[in-house]
Amino acid sequence: MTDTYEHHDYDVLIIGAGGAGLRAAIEAKQRGLSVALVTKSLLGKAHTVMAEGGMAAALGNVYPEDSWQVHFRDTMRGGKYLNNYRMAELHAKEAPDRVLELEQWGALFDRTATGKILQRDFGGHRYARLAHVGDRTGLELIRTLQQKVVSMGTDVFMECKVLRLVHDASGKVAGAVAYWRATGEFVTFAAKSVVLATGGAGKSWKFTSNSWECTGDGHAMALWAGARLIDMECVQFHPTGMVWPLSVRGLLVTEGVRGDGGVLRNAEGQRFMFNYVAPMFRDETAESEDEGDRWYDDHSAGRRPPELLPRDEVARAINTEVKAGRGSPHGGVFLDIASRRTPEFIRRRLPSMYHQFMELAGVDITREPMEIGPTCHYIMGGVQVDADSAATAVPGLFAAGEVAGGMHGANRLGGNSLSDLIVFGRRAGMGAADWAESGEAATAMDAGEVDAAIAEALAPFARETGENPYDVHHDLQEMMQANVGIIRTQSELDEAKELLGGFAERVAHVRVTGGRAYNPGWNLATDLPSMITVSRCVTEGARLRTESRGGHTREDFPTADERLGTLNFAQTCPDGAWDGEYRIEESPLLAMPAELKALLEEAH
Amino acid sequence: MAEVTMRIWRGDASGGEFASYTLPQNEGEVVLDVVHRIQASEAPDLACRWNCKAGKCGSCSAEINGKPRLMCMTRMDSLPEGPVTVAPMRTFPIVRDLVTDVSFNFVRAQEVPALLPPPMPEGGYVMFQEDVERGQEFRKCIECFMCQDVCHVIRDHEDNKRHYAGPRFFIRYAELEMHPLDQNDRREYVREEMGLGYCNITKCCTEVCPEHIKITDNAIIPLKERVVDAHYDPLAWLGRTIRRKKKASSAEAAVQPAP
Repeated sequence: MTDTYEHHDYDVLIIGAGGAGLRAAIEAKQRGLSVALVTKSLLGKAHTVMAEGGMAAALGNVYPEDSWQVHFRDTMRGGKYLNNYRMAELHAKEAPDRVLELEQWGALFDRTATGKILQRDFGGHRYARLAHVGDRTGLELIRTLQQKVVSMGTDVFMECKVLRLVHDASGKVAGAVAYWRATGEFVTFAAKSVVLATGGAGKSWKFTSNSWECTGDGHAMALWAGARLIDMECVQFHPTGMVWPLSVRGLLVTEGVRGDGGVLRNAEGQRFMFNYVAPMFRDETAESEDEGDRWYDDHSAGRRPPELLPRDEVARAINTEVKAGRGSPHGGVFLDIASRRTPEFIRRRLPSMYHQFMELAGVDITREPMEIGPTCHYIMGGVQVDADSAATAVPGLFAAGEVAGGMHGANRLGGNSLSDLIVFGRRAGMGAADWAESGEAATAMDAGEVDAAIAEALAPFARETGENPYDVHHDLQEMMQANVGIIRTQSELDEAKELLGGFAERVAHVRVTGGRAYNPGWNLATDLPSMITVSRCVTEGARLRTESRGGHTREDFPTADERLGTLNFAQTCPDGAWDGEYRIEESPLLAMPAELKALLEEAH
Repeated sequence: MAEVTMRIWRGDASGGEFASYTLPQNEGEVVLDVVHRIQASEAPDLACRWNCKAGKCGSCSAEINGKPRLMCMTRMDSLPEGPVTVAPMRTFPIVRDLVTDVSFNFVRAQEVPALLPPPMPEGGYVMFQEDVERGQEFRKCIECFMCQDVCHVIRDHEDNKRHYAGPRFFIRYAELEMHPLDQNDRREYVREEMGLGYCNITKCCTEVCPEHIKITDNAIIPLKERVVDAHYDPLAWLGRTIRRKKKASSAEAAVQPAP
């Protein structure tokens, strides 16, 4: 029963301590509420730390003509118009204030000559818009927010993994059940509001830039708890991951390399991106290398080079080049900044890329090109939320950051993720605080749900036979990479659906050996249901979206479909069981007000 | 096929010993890759901490062949022939296997008086690149805590942990001290409460820093100089002597809450 476990009561429970969770905690704490911040890693290690290039905000420090309207337009175009327009609007309007306030909390961004925050170019953004610190912007963001959260005296539960959300008798979210990794002991949190800020889900794929944490826990827990997941088929494959050595395949190479002048070449030395400019972007893309090169110094002297098209466009082009036999020795293409910028410039602007290639691949990027290829990086799909409050369909449950869906539509622009975290992390904190103060919040956790979650978590220890969870995870990653990767077709997706039934069966029979204290095998076993859930939703969405749009590319439906462009696919799990039945339905996009629509139609 | 042998410390707070694992050698692997292969095959419960596997999060610190290193950034082919020894950081209590209890550092983090900036002007603060660069060096810190692990003040003297912040936090104090916007004065606090004087600048911390932060030269020595300036300035001494009658510690007087 619940009272036999360690128990805590809070106004607001925040699950996940990346950028969104930390920012939500600051907001709820500033309202004078009691806040618990729960993270399955140590504080400051969340995946946000790996973000490199910057956070997008129309500060106008480098190009004064930039504005929230242009940022909104770029975001919607990048998302192929599948976005929740209201999220894109709020994001574009509020990102500058959110970036500026970080400096009050100690952030030190790179500066312009006049002492303002410097902004860099990234794909899909019309103007240099990304506030940054070299190529370690995520570290700066997480450390700034972490230090602020700590200075406010927030209660942080580190290496504490949440297993399930718990309802009250009326179906409102009332808390969560978790376990301490160090001891394996269970702990329950009762809270008036719960904020999911659990990040992404890339660990279902073999080649990914994501860390072990990105297992889609929040996506899955929300679905099981009654929330709706939208756009799950929209997964971003970042164009530039390392391809060699094999042990680091998938590790991210920042888009900043291209923003700072790096270009893509195939084995024949050709800048192939000029051959892959989609009609939608033709008017704003350079036609020649000369024109593109002029643009770096002055955006009015030429149009942007095609290497800086949105990520989905670049990733598909690389994939095509490699398939056509024009790839690099280890199955990627070449990313060359060595021949275009001085070694001093490269080391100053891209210090961690220099370090990463030097130490892990023995490649000096100031002298030779990098070998890169697409890597699973980000999931645009997630929990459907109200843009203003971050509220989900389940009373008392909020979601922000990568776990939330809608903001980025079918494809996220680089730099829009870190700004998403601080804009909607804050809004989730506000929404959660409002609900906690409303008097409508849940009051008691359903003890049966707590006991069921704990029994499920412990089951792998009781099995005398069964598979090693690592084997199941390995095979799942291979299958998702092969069948539900960057380019998809009906037959492979149908096969994936079939195979996922088998994987669910295997997960239900994994066996864990050893004790409960800091047992990574057990931890992985508790992650597997989430990874299966995410894989099922991605596969099902991909089966039904019979078109190519943003991060979702169908070989058998290579173009966008007008009707499908007006809707999201929304998935639910009616009985709350990860291996039970899921439903999928069409959910029309929000109707956009005329004044915003006009912004999209304006010539660039 | 070539093989590698790993000697990995297995155990918990009650004790443990090195266990040997022999595996085929793969091209280009780092120590963490081999640890992961052991987990996936022979020892699924082998405890180790890791997150990013890219040298950015500072989770996978361990003592490899006796030296503090990040497991994810240590190429197997950079190590001498023969068995590779992997042990947990010695300065912190053992949780299990390669995982240590690093909560000492999070307690010290709570004690850092926050940045105290002036109100933000319209359009944001103006700071110049040359003014932020020193702080940026310290903010590269990934909190791997290897500088803490190797610092003999606490590595060899458990008692000192009660009144010593360690190199990681000296760079944090130096960063705040040199921050263009900060209005707090933490100099007495760092001297009296955080034990800056215990550091006798042997530079062990600088040597192990995976971010190549010049901890001793750029943070600790300048911080010591500033503390000395504040502490032995006769006017400051007079002020302290008068104020001390009213307060419990120097921290309370010098440090104001952040907005």
